[in-house]
Amino acid sequence: MEKKNRVPRFHIEKRASLPWHISLLIRLLSILAAFVVCALLTMIITGVKPGDFLSTMVYGSFGTPRKMWITAQNVAVLLCISLAVTPSFLMKFWNEGADGQILMGCLASSACMIKLADKLPNGLLIPVMLILSVAAGAVWGIIPAFFKAQFNTNETLFTLMLNYIATQIVAYFIVRWEVPKGSGQIGIINQSSEIGWFPQIFGNKYVLSILAAVFMTVLIYSYIRFSKHGYELTVVGESTRTARYIGINVKRVIIRTMALSGALAGLVGFLLVSGINHTLTATITGGQGFTAVMVSWLAQFNPIAMIATSFLIIFLERGAIEISSAFTLNQSFSSILTGIILFFLIGSEFFVSYRIRRSANSEAGKEKK
Amino acid sequence: MSEKTIAVKMRDVSKSFGPVMANDKVWLDIYRGEILALLGENGSGKTTLMNILSGIYCPDEGHIYINDEEVNIRSPKEAFEYGIGMIHQHYKLVEVLSAAENIILGVKQPGKLDIGEVCKKTRKLCEEYGFELDPTQKVYDMSVSQKQTVEILKALYRGADILILDEPTAVLTPQETEKLFAILRNMRDSGKAIVIITHKMNEVEELSDRVAILRQGRFVGDMPTHMTNAQEMTNMLVGHPVTLSIDRPDPVDPRPRIEIKGLTVRNEEGVLKLDDVSFTANSGEILGIAGISGSGQKELLEAIAGLQPTESGSITYIDDDGTREELIGKDPLTIANLGVTLSFVPEDRLGMGLVGNMDISSNMMLRSFRSGKSAFLNRKDPRRLAERVVEELEVVTPSIGTPVRKLSGGNIQKILVGREISSAPKVLLTAYAVRGLDTNSSYTIYDLINKQKQSGVAVVYVGEDLDVLLELSDRILVLCDGKVSGIVDGRKAEKNKIGLMMTKIGGEG
Repeated sequence: MEKKNRVPRFHIEKRASLPWHISLLIRLLSILAAFVVCALLTMIITGVKPGDFLSTMVYGSFGTPRKMWITAQNVAVLLCISLAVTPSFLMKFWNEGADGQILMGCLASSACMIKLADKLPNGLLIPVMLILSVAAGAVWGIIPAFFKAQFNTNETLFTLMLNYIATQIVAYFIVRWEVPKGSGQIGIINQSSEIGWFPQIFGNKYVLSILAAVFMTVLIYSYIRFSKHGYELTVVGESTRTARYIGINVKRVIIRTMALSGALAGLVGFLLVSGINHTLTATITGGQGFTAVMVSWLAQFNPIAMIATSFLIIFLERGAIEISSAFTLNQSFSSILTGIILFFLIGSEFFVSYRIRRSANSEAGKEKK
Repeated sequence: MSEKTIAVKMRDVSKSFGPVMANDKVWLDIYRGEILALLGENGSGKTTLMNILSGIYCPDEGHIYINDEEVNIRSPKEAFEYGIGMIHQHYKLVEVLSAAENIILGVKQPGKLDIGEVCKKTRKLCEEYGFELDPTQKVYDMSVSQKQTVEILKALYRGADILILDEPTAVLTPQETEKLFAILRNMRDSGKAIVIITHKMNEVEELSDRVAILRQGRFVGDMPTHMTNAQEMTNMLVGHPVTLSIDRPDPVDPRPRIEIKGLTVRNEEGVLKLDDVSFTANSGEILGIAGISGSGQKELLEAIAGLQPTESGSITYIDDDGTREELIGKDPLTIANLGVTLSFVPEDRLGMGLVGNMDISSNMMLRSFRSGKSAFLNRKDPRRLAERVVEELEVVTPSIGTPVRKLSGGNIQKILVGREISSAPKVLLTAYAVRGLDTNSSYTIYDLINKQKQSGVAVVYVGEDLDVLLELSDRILVLCDGKVSGIVDGRKAEKNKIGLMMTKIGGEG
């Protein structure tokens, strides 16, 4: 028995709850730690000094006014997509299909720009594009919701597969509408006439997406916090049994919420085509539909916190790209850095929920020996 | 008691969960050849203390001595090595395996597994203590009481001589309880140390040799059972004197309110859960429903509430003015829109009645959030209701903004019942309204139910504690395997008769 009497030095314990500022501090510290590790790693591998590392990182996002505007726009777009997937996530509908929904929105917008350019005045064309993009995104959201509600299909797989279908549909239309023939791409649509281009606000092409993000943040925040619909979808997310018990029509809520998520993604599609890129490619989303999943989760589905998390992700991305180009490193190096930082950030959640304590009995245990 | 040898000594054992001290410098002695009843209200730290002893939790401070030797128990496996076996409230068995296979699961032994040998050893244990069990029977074929037997045998097989049972009788019929007690006495007489955690005073008096009482994480005291009584123990538990009888006011102007005819229900797997059930629930009366758990109680209440698809039969709601509404085929919202105010306190509080992650105020809103034309929520009225319920029912909570899952079972139930009766219902359905609640909270709930009855509500009370059913109900309907085994007068019925009716239609033979 004697030798069994070893005492564990530490044990892990669940925390009751932390005041918000402590948990925020833990997260910030983890980001800091991640930067230190990244800087050290970069130094060991490439000999770049930690100071240079950090300043290059910041330069990537804020180095020039243009860089700052692009950062702001990227943050805004990512934020919009994250907000779009948030209602479905709150309902615990694991919607991995934002990419596809955005693509369908992009397709609808581009189709209008190409086919209706000489039929409608710009003032009418843009609203039509907006409505059709939103509708296209909504339809792409409703399809998996319908099957989930009716047959309880797995929404993760379903939305994921719909992304591929959307990509293929877009690829098909790109070939049909390609300019010039045989090039396999569309190029800038209506470059000379600028028909279907969303007018610049304040003469600045970046402001539109920022305004869109502000609008969507307010919309989603009030929808999930104050509206009856938001309350219903939260109850469905927490427990469908409770929802049925109080007479919520679960199927209707699933379809309605996914219609909203899809519609907002479609709106982002409109933003990308009409406001930013003025073209259609099969990779126009750049996989941000998936990045948005992470942004939404990291913010724990809180629209306000999402401003910070989407900024963090964009800052990392742009900083890491800047570092790999400034020090002529392989592009994959930026992925490694982003990976390290996310690892720390997600790992910090452990310390938010648990703490490690020294075992109280360890002294007594030592005496025994 | 001096001739008894001490098995376990716990000294100054403390354990906290965040700011909550679940155990605060607790002392506890467990002797061999003795049955110790560990008493305490919900949240008094009984289960935490026993979980420390069985290696599930690690104490923050304190010392544990087994056979006068200080030990550190780091895992349930180590607990077994010290001869400590715990039988939890929720059994941890593999359904598709046989009893013997479950018993041997996780036991490390050299050589080939000889299941025949395991069966033989199990049978020997059964003989020794008086269990009735076929070691080759599959667990999914077993009754609750048989599963419990397997759990106890699992501990004995591993050589446990300090047995801890967490509320072992909660799911047993009176007859099964008797059998279990006989076995526990046999084990005691063979020198094992036995600890039972329970809420039921009559069981403590009947079975235990000594009681130890915890209150709010602290050790209040222990004494030989024959030197105390239920009233004194309850006072010690609660910390102040309480009365221990349930009122039963006479029914108020009973008139048929819910009429059920030939109700038949199959569950999703097609298993018959209710078979041709017919009865009437009257206004101003409490109709108790007794039965072994899983006899169709859940399906019955859910069918009335519009949550359970039915196969045949009718459920008719009769209003004060005699208008009749058929409830079958309608969902809860349609039923509510008909003006039928039906309140339902379901068995699964956090999975169905409430949303655990939402605060008290948002949970109050569950029933009423649709009211008003606005697309936005009215949060003021629910908040007022939450404040009222918290105050009137003495809910212990840091604030009405606290997520309900963080509250104790009794407080959660008060919130659920408080919301359900706030709508001035005509029918109140309750399933296991006091399950897991301590004495004090239970009596609060009984009072609330009685008040509803007196204001003319038709109450359907599904219960598991026959003593309570007999004290509270005006009539008792006994379910047996989905059929009505009989309806008896609550004032005249006998406990044993009902126990028999629970296992056999009509209770004959």
